Amino acid sequence: MEKTDFVVRFAGEGGQGFLSVAVGFASANTQAGYHAQTFATFPSQITGGPTWMQVRISTKPILTRGDSLDVLVAFNEHSYETHVDEVREGGVVLYDSDSMNMDDDGRSLGIAFDKLGKSTGNARAANMVMMGALAELMKMPLDVLADFVRRRWANTARYGPKIVPQNIEALALGKQAAAESGFSLGKLAPPEAPGYKQIFTNGNSALALGAVHAGLNFYAGYPISPATTILVWMEENLVGDGKFVYQVSSEIEAINAIVGAGYGGAKAMTATAGPGFSLMSEGLGLAWMAEIPCVVVDVQRGGPATGLPTKTEQSDFFAAMHPAHGDVSLPIIAPGTVEECFYAAVAAFNWAERYQGPVILLSEHALSEREQNFRMPDLDSVHVENRVVYDGGNGYLRYEASEMSPMPLPGSPGSYVANASEHDPMGDTTHLPDRHVQMTERRFSKLSLLEDGSYESQNIDAPIAIMPWGGSKGPGFEAYRQLIAGEMDVAWYFTMYLNPLPPPLLNELRGKDLVLVPELNFQGQFSSYLRSKGVRAESITQYTGLPFKVADLVERVSERIAAYRKEGVPA
Amino acid sequence: MSDKNPEYDFKWCPGCGDFGVRRALEQAVEKRTIELEEPIEQNVVVAGIGCSGNMVHLLEGPQPYGIHGLHGRTLPIALGVKMARPDLNVVIAAGDGDFLSIGMEHIAPQAQRNLNVCAVVMDNAVYGLTKGQGSPTASLGMVTPSTPYGKPEVSLNALRLYLAIGASYVASGISSKIKDLASLIYEGMEHPGFSIVHVQSPCTYFHNTYEQLKGNPRKGIAPLAWTIDDDHDPSDIHAAHEVVDKGGVPLGILYRDDAPVPFEDRMTEMFTRAKPRTAQELIESYAI
Repeated sequence: MEKTDFVVRFAGEGGQGFLSVAVGFASANTQAGYHAQTFATFPSQITGGPTWMQVRISTKPILTRGDSLDVLVAFNEHSYETHVDEVREGGVVLYDSDSMNMDDDGRSLGIAFDKLGKSTGNARAANMVMMGALAELMKMPLDVLADFVRRRWANTARYGPKIVPQNIEALALGKQAAAESGFSLGKLAPPEAPGYKQIFTNGNSALALGAVHAGLNFYAGYPISPATTILVWMEENLVGDGKFVYQVSSEIEAINAIVGAGYGGAKAMTATAGPGFSLMSEGLGLAWMAEIPCVVVDVQRGGPATGLPTKTEQSDFFAAMHPAHGDVSLPIIAPGTVEECFYAAVAAFNWAERYQGPVILLSEHALSEREQNFRMPDLDSVHVENRVVYDGGNGYLRYEASEMSPMPLPGSPGSYVANASEHDPMGDTTHLPDRHVQMTERRFSKLSLLEDGSYESQNIDAPIAIMPWGGSKGPGFEAYRQLIAGEMDVAWYFTMYLNPLPPPLLNELRGKDLVLVPELNFQGQFSSYLRSKGVRAESITQYTGLPFKVADLVERVSERIAAYRKEGVPA
Repeated sequence: MSDKNPEYDFKWCPGCGDFGVRRALEQAVEKRTIELEEPIEQNVVVAGIGCSGNMVHLLEGPQPYGIHGLHGRTLPIALGVKMARPDLNVVIAAGDGDFLSIGMEHIAPQAQRNLNVCAVVMDNAVYGLTKGQGSPTASLGMVTPSTPYGKPEVSLNALRLYLAIGASYVASGISSKIKDLASLIYEGMEHPGFSIVHVQSPCTYFHNTYEQLKGNPRKGIAPLAWTIDDDHDPSDIHAAHEVVDKGGVPLGILYRDDAPVPFEDRMTEMFTRAKPRTAQELIESYAI
């Protein structure tokens, strides 16, 4: 039987160049019509240190990185020892026989990548030898990779004519070496190319693309892992008339600048991670209080304090809900896949413009760097909203209504004071109890404008549900499918609209005996929120800095449901 | 605040220097609207927190736009307003505590950028709203509620700081000379770059310095404030430092870069090397 799925992990030292090989390998396969997803983890340093990247190739859309490995490509002995236990039975370890000596364990294949690569006349072709070997192990036609090589260097007139044949020769040498070894992992089934156009990119780029489509024209950011790539993307692409992109001097400056820009009429955004998000607290309160649209992206990493800058976690939910002091409840949208990063960014701007206030776009490290193929968004069908602008004369009472009211733009009649202090309808400071009551209620009432979020559901009659949030969607859904295949009666729910939750979803959840929430934090933050909304929810937590493995989730959910049925009460 | 707003009950104390600063700011903005034939709504006043921040509510006559933001964050907010809307005239109204203590980190970056805004800094050496604690410009040994045995730091020389970080327009005024102050603010608004008008605006309640500033011959008190000579060349940064070296409170324009390039022009120039692409084109660039 042909294989439909293939997982390879590249492990070695940072700076050995294999991260680009892994992305290239994934990209090449998507061009051939396969689905691909990458997952990387590395230490917080410029170069060196133990690093690995995993690529999963499949004939079907991919939800997770894959639990066990078909191939481990080890670049040093330490990497071999660290990762070999994750190689599945019948899997293969590829290593460079020039730099490593391995005992014959019946599953390891040494190839002189570097030596073979150099024999083509190209000193940097070792990675191509490796890709050729991988192609042979999964019985992939070499044309797929050769096409990738031709496209990759198509625009480099100076080197292309020389490099392309050298690299193709290197691919062939790798293929030949693997073929001679006799190792094989079975043939990967031919691709089932989708009938629509696709793009291949990562979560941060997808998010940036969504923001630009939504009309973003002001970006202020400060470098911080894992949000830096959004700043860099914007610096390159958010250019031209009427656009502003800038690396400011701190996250405090970033948040206050986008508030000023939003006040001036711009669609403004910043992106940060935990430590920067903490610094933005007061500014977010200002945006909420003065009712100024803006979008703040928090690409979560391990916390608290400096935490784990290059690892993934979903531990900023509490912070996103209540980033500032006082009575504040900020809208939160948390995409679950790379593709959803695009749509979440558009939705975040639509919400910000609609209710005139700050919206938190909660992404996470695992999504930010994951490269994946998905359907190219059809921009004509992705709706973009703009704020309701005041077009009357002077003497406007900006905050008079009990809920959202048209927003004046500086330069036009309707001058008012956007005030961080409690204020009257003109925006002037006030201390009257009745006014504080009215304005507090006004600010909260606007959240009802955002109760249009969509959600997914399956097998909704089951009394027990599984409902992850954010990037735990992938492993959560794969676990759900395995549970259903194993005849476990469990319902599935997912939404990226976390606050406010879609009211119909909340109603459904309240009707469940138990809602299990896989989430990557210690406290079970999202289930705590669900419980506060009257849902019998509890978390399945993990706080290792890595995403869930599907097998772990299946086991833990099964155990919990079994215990629940036995006890009849929550354990 | 337009006309009378019975709900707004904040008042400056009798004799507060901020009254004079308000009048000067009103005159400067009014002059600008007349000269440029622009509507008042083309002006945005970004205020900090403190007595001075209430400026934005207490302006009389036709109302500009305003933001009464966070303590210390006038400049970042102004950065956002100005760079989103370079067509607007952005004026900052801040106090010495707001601008020079909690907001200190934001001053130098605007000078490096030459952000095209005018900051009016009202200096009374104390935190008035919290009842008189010393600010960075309070002098060594000054007794305040938070320094009951004397302030243990020397005072910050704000004018020296502005010159050192490269602000492209630095002026010094006093709240009692309204016409002169209006002129300094107007010039600062017209200057295409980061302008700071540092104003001695005494707090009559906690730290009344009128007598020291103006002097009192009967008591033998020499005035701290003195007017910069007419022959001072404001485009000469060394001469500006020499003005500060003379001590006291110099009044007038210390420094004005005679070839300033405002931040918005620099950004426009950077963008000439960029290739703008539409959202559709950007998405296509990731096509498989």
